[in-house]
Amino acid sequence: MLVNSRAFDVRLGGLGVSAVQMLRLIRLAILASWRFRIILALLGVLCGSVPALAQAGPPIGFEAARHLLNRTSFAASPGEIEAFGRLDREQAADRLLASTERRAATPPPAWASAPFESLRRFRGMSQEERKLARQEIFRQSFELQSWWLAEMLTTPSPLTEKMTLFWHNHFVSSLQKVRSPQLMYRQNVLLRRHALGNFRDLLRAVARDPAMVIYLDSASNRKGKPNENFARELMELFTLGEGHYGENDVKAAARAFTGWGIDPESGEFRYRRRAHDDGVKTVLGRTGNLDGDAVLDILLAQPRTAEFIAAKLWREFVSPDPDSAEAARIGRVLRDSGYDIRAAMRAVLTSDAFYDPRNRAVLIKSPVELVAGTLRQFNFRTGEVIPFVFATNQLGQRLFAPPNVKGWPGGDAWINSTTLLGRKAFLERLFRADELRPMLAAAMDGAMSNMNAPKAAGRLPEGRERFIRAMMAVEFDSRRWLGQFGGEDAAHLQPVLLAMAPVNAPAPEARGMDLIRHLVQDPVYQLK
Amino acid sequence: MKDERGQAMDRRQFLSTVGAATVTALLPGAAFGQRAAGSYSNLLILVELKGGNDGLNTVVPYTDAAYYQLRPRLAIPREQVLQLDQASGFNPVLEPLMALWKQGELAVVQGVGYPGGNLSHFRSIEIWDTASRSNQYLSEGWLARVFSLSPPPSRFAADGVVVGSAEMGPFTGGRTRAVALANTEQFLRQARRAAPASDARNQALGHILKVERDIVQAAANLSGKHEFATSFPRSAFGNAIRTVAQVAASGGGVAAVKVSLGGFDTHSNQPATHARLLKDLAEGLVSLRSALEEIRRWDSTLVMTYAEFGRRPRENLSRGTDHGTANAHLVLGGRVRGGLYGPAPGLSRLDGDGNPPFAVDFRGLYATALERWWGLDAVRALGSRYAPLDFLKA
Repeated sequence: MLVNSRAFDVRLGGLGVSAVQMLRLIRLAILASWRFRIILALLGVLCGSVPALAQAGPPIGFEAARHLLNRTSFAASPGEIEAFGRLDREQAADRLLASTERRAATPPPAWASAPFESLRRFRGMSQEERKLARQEIFRQSFELQSWWLAEMLTTPSPLTEKMTLFWHNHFVSSLQKVRSPQLMYRQNVLLRRHALGNFRDLLRAVARDPAMVIYLDSASNRKGKPNENFARELMELFTLGEGHYGENDVKAAARAFTGWGIDPESGEFRYRRRAHDDGVKTVLGRTGNLDGDAVLDILLAQPRTAEFIAAKLWREFVSPDPDSAEAARIGRVLRDSGYDIRAAMRAVLTSDAFYDPRNRAVLIKSPVELVAGTLRQFNFRTGEVIPFVFATNQLGQRLFAPPNVKGWPGGDAWINSTTLLGRKAFLERLFRADELRPMLAAAMDGAMSNMNAPKAAGRLPEGRERFIRAMMAVEFDSRRWLGQFGGEDAAHLQPVLLAMAPVNAPAPEARGMDLIRHLVQDPVYQLK
Repeated sequence: MKDERGQAMDRRQFLSTVGAATVTALLPGAAFGQRAAGSYSNLLILVELKGGNDGLNTVVPYTDAAYYQLRPRLAIPREQVLQLDQASGFNPVLEPLMALWKQGELAVVQGVGYPGGNLSHFRSIEIWDTASRSNQYLSEGWLARVFSLSPPPSRFAADGVVVGSAEMGPFTGGRTRAVALANTEQFLRQARRAAPASDARNQALGHILKVERDIVQAAANLSGKHEFATSFPRSAFGNAIRTVAQVAASGGGVAAVKVSLGGFDTHSNQPATHARLLKDLAEGLVSLRSALEEIRRWDSTLVMTYAEFGRRPRENLSRGTDHGTANAHLVLGGRVRGGLYGPAPGLSRLDGDGNPPFAVDFRGLYATALERWWGLDAVRALGSRYAPLDFLKA
């Protein structure tokens, strides 16, 4: 065979094997059939990339498994960590991504699926009726937060909830402006359904989502009277990021979305043809009689969009500073897969950067991760989750109400003097629940007149009593929990509870509850 | 029962929710005395009128017929107004402030607002706290930015202190050292959970440890209690003002304090509520002045009110007012040049929402504090040049 051997030189498995040598091997293999199989096996070993002949990668081990599970869920038991530790990177990622749900297991509040409460119902209400309606919205908002937190505490699919929360912080809408717990519930269901699905589908669905329509004033956007709010945030925050579009693109896109709105009686998306500006528009170089969906397609066609999302996933799961080459690579995976979020997550969770020891413990737990994570880590038994909703609210994370359209900034912003003291106080109280139960019981009997339950608890039905009852129901079975470990010392507990060695090493003789209290109060416990 | 440090934990400590912080005692501080122009030995106190104070019924345009037409039920009767000049006068409940006015230590700035006035509490206070434009989203508070660019002395107890609220507001973010003393019982107790440590393994951990150090330093330097002869009003605001005074008296020192008085979102039944709040405000400010005079800090203190917005000139159907824009604010201190600044409200030039145009950009007040009180470069901190006002004596 005459072959231009230089053109076909190949690197096989890191060894330089020229084409000529390869052909010689193949000739040899064909000529000597029993040797053929040996040669083939050798080639298989050399060609590490040949799937059928590839070995599994090395098992990731305990520490990496702990890292993986804590980043992708709220906490992990020693048993779960050990099980994942035996898998290699690919297997671990596959197992995580294969077992995700798309619907919440916790039943939502009754009003969530009740007939829609018209957004116009405030008109013609008396002052007293208005006040009662506002109180009802307040109560429902609280129940909505409680429902989601309860789901986070009990779900067998915590990655689903983490991704739903991720998208809630990306496609931001807030109860504060939307003022309809029913619509915010529906948006949450939508986000969960698509959380690990297809980003294209998610974007299209969110653009029409009634809560989003209200939040970004889409219904006020009409032919001749454009409101640019949605178009701007769509480009700046949802797809491209600042600097990748111009003001004219925003203006044109706003015109394309005119006519999008909702029916105030049903709370459903409604398209009003007469309010739509069907003139010619140019968005990012594409010209035509563009409508909203066309603009979404144009945005999805930009490579930048997938990169933007990839960088956000990086900041959520890997480190505060995305590596631009890696983010671009993950962006390509996202795009090339047709915007399959799962594929992008797989790329993130199998990357060298994800497993780089320098990226352990570099992210700060959000209030939800701290609260839900601690409750799950220690298998706390809880009654109503009221106290925990208060906790996350006061630590700076109100579910369903991010502070503005950019969402919770996260990272260092979670920790200031107030919130750090709040986190420590929360953890201390949690691990003293046993000691304090008699005091709570006394408070229930009204023996205490000067109670210090949060003021907002008073605005709930039987507010204070419910709060106290919920606190009393919190239980930590320390015996049982410690029984999971081979021993009650730091060597056993630390690798499970902390993402890296504590700042303040515990005393060598520390055991059990004392050790637990020491470790959760260490600054490293605030990191994931 | 005792915690591991052998201190009794009482019920109130347990049942209080997270986020509470406090100060109790303060070291008797050396009198500040120094009148250095332009330095952090000058204290800035921001008084947030939370909810959006109705400036129009605070500083009343009592000769403007439009005022009475727009507010048939809410307008302050002309004969009750405490005249400041030919066109403007105080709501009568602000009577305690008249002494300050006559002494020339109280400046009243009218028409304070910003382009594109946002009518959302949330968004507008964010604009004021971050000194952003109305279409710009900044995550860092304006004072956090200032302190990052020009850090106050490291011996200070803290760069900034928040009293009466857990919201850091203008101190949010950045590398500033700010603590919140929301609840006057808990800060030192809670602060005992913080411990100084040094560990440079990564940036996130470094940030957490820095905040721990800030807490410890604040607690160490804000301990000790000054006994004031001044009696403070018996109200939540009065208590907060007492705390502010104690912070000012502490040997540690701070650059700025923020204190809040809430309840100004008077959509309905405004007259009684507003009168009560303004009375709280007036009495609180007067007691603050008295306390600061006791420790000889009145001349080195500048007090400025602020709020997310003013209220709409036309009253609503519930004997109240809705969200507005331009507002009147008070500035007081030993070195303030008293008087009226800014034009009277332009009630004949209301916009589509029924709100008057603003005349003084709020960042001009910030610029005045930055340039003329602290001697700093205001343009760097605020991102643009804003003309300072002339309400500070040299």
